[in-house]
Amino acid sequence: MSEAHHPAAAPPRAVPPAPDGDWPIATLTLRVNGQAHRLAMDTRTTLLDALRDHLGLTGAKPGCNQGACGACTVLIDGKRMNACLTLAVATQGQEITTIEGLAEGEALHPMQQAFIDHDAFQCGYCTPGQIISAVACIREGHAGSAEEIREFMSGNLCRCGAYPNIVKAVQDVAAKGGA
Amino acid sequence: MQPFAYHRASSLEDALRHGAMEGASYLAGGTTLVDLMRIGVMRPDRLIDLRDVAELRGFDTGGETLRFGALASMAEVADDIVLRQDYPALAESLLLAASAQLRNMATVGGNLLQRTRCMYFRDTRYQACNKRSPGSGCAALDGVNRQHAVLGGSERCIATMPSDWAVALTAFDAAVEIAGPQGRRTMPIDSFHISYGEHPEAETALRPGEILTAILVPANRAGRTSCYAKVRDRESFAFAISSAAVALRMEGGRVAEARIALGGLSTTPWRATAAEALLRGRSLDESSMKEAAARAMDGADPRPGNAFKVELGRRTVEDALLRAARRAEEGDAA
Ligand SMILES: Cc1cc2nc3c(=O)[nH]c(=O)nc-3n(C[C@H](O)[C@H](O)[C@H](O)COP(=O)(O)OP(=O)(O)OC[C@H]3O[C@@H](n4cnc5c(N)ncnc54)[C@H](O)[C@@H]3O)c2cc1C
Ligand code: SF4
Repeated sequence: MSEAHHPAAAPPRAVPPAPDGDWPIATLTLRVNGQAHRLAMDTRTTLLDALRDHLGLTGAKPGCNQGACGACTVLIDGKRMNACLTLAVATQGQEITTIEGLAEGEALHPMQQAFIDHDAFQCGYCTPGQIISAVACIREGHAGSAEEIREFMSGNLCRCGAYPNIVKAVQDVAAKGGA
Repeated sequence: MQPFAYHRASSLEDALRHGAMEGASYLAGGTTLVDLMRIGVMRPDRLIDLRDVAELRGFDTGGETLRFGALASMAEVADDIVLRQDYPALAESLLLAASAQLRNMATVGGNLLQRTRCMYFRDTRYQACNKRSPGSGCAALDGVNRQHAVLGGSERCIATMPSDWAVALTAFDAAVEIAGPQGRRTMPIDSFHISYGEHPEAETALRPGEILTAILVPANRAGRTSCYAKVRDRESFAFAISSAAVALRMEGGRVAEARIALGGLSTTPWRATAAEALLRGRSLDESSMKEAAARAMDGADPRPGNAFKVELGRRTVEDALLRAARRAEEGDAA
């Protein structure tokens, strides 16, 4: 197989996972990273599963699945939210931004670069959620001090304990004029 | 998750019509409902999404009555400059709750309707939970009950009411506005959350099919010197182990009006009226604050796992009184 058959993201499934009965199916349009996708899925599908399983966007991560860890954080109409507790059908008409939508082509978003520069991750599992949340934290005006950043980033857990460097990365981007 | 049909309501009438159907639940921010559906604790057949119902949105913090549309997000209300200045306890109760992500999703109406965080209620592998399956017993009575209530419990259920916002609203005599098939009604928040008694499965006075439309708070000058103190197992992003909303109005160095409500300790938002009465006309010093704090915890009925909450509750009240008193002094100096 040639390179072209191995895109960075897993290929979107042509057919959504078959429901195990005669369950309600919703036909919906998801707008993700500036692109509209017409999809059919079980009404029970969370936004997180729709992104990962239907669109192959695996940046947002499943962690606790209870809104408690923040690994699934995405922007919905510019606001950070937990995709694991969001039903995909409920996001119609809204603009969703995932970690895959932050970079401009090959140019990393300043927050992505800052996470690299400040060594703000170890295993990297929580990092997409941390970066999305950090971008929103600055845009909300909640990155005025290290203390404020810690409080307003508390919805993102990092089991490696990279917190000090995450705070530095956020401070760095905030100081350079924002996200 | 139980399969369900999804309907996005276009108006309040449309929502009420669909909400009257068998097995229907309203969907606001979904941070309680979707969570509990995922773990099989709530099993609605149809969801009526309220997000497009315009009259449920927005809020107004000026005027003689503060009005919060049920669908206003916790984040937008917490960020309101007027609320932060004139009613810090209300703003703090929202700001100290959940996380930035959840506050963007969750609504101030849904917040009052969230379900208890009792781990036996949330874990369907435990059979005994009167709240989840009426008549099955209560696993918490002799189980791990560190987070459970010392005030307002019964032999059937000792689960705490987890909302911080409800506690602050209770201190200010808020009311809730409800629309139903039979029309509209308004009731004091005090009677909205009902004590469990024989029927812990019923938590609020909301009847099936009814919609919480708004929260109303009468304007109050004591709001400026209010505060919300919250004690948690970690510094941020955790439910209250103990909390207190306090508002004070001082006149000539004496308490003219004191408002005290407790959270994390009780099965409903807990207004400490006896402690309020004890402070009226007195100066705020160590002995009056200690007496009031002790009075606030009168009637506590602890179990081995949560006995520490009686003393912790007292200290939380004292802490909140001290902070409110400091705000009153700063206000006088300004
Ligand atoms: C990890 C985590 C941590 C949290 N920490 C805190 C905390 O520290 N403090 C705190 O106070 N809360 C906390 N919460 C709870 C959170 O604040 C509530 O889940 C939220 O406020 C509920 O609002 P919602 O809009 O998401 O409601 P939904 O989940 O949409 O609805 C909740 C319930 O109310 C019903 N409902 C909603 N709106 C209406 C309406 N207008 N009319 C009639 N019925 C309605 C629904 O049918 C459902 O039964 C936490 C939640 C999570 C997941
Ligand atoms: S305390 Fe209440 S919610 Fe918890 S197990 Fe007992 S009955 Fe169920």
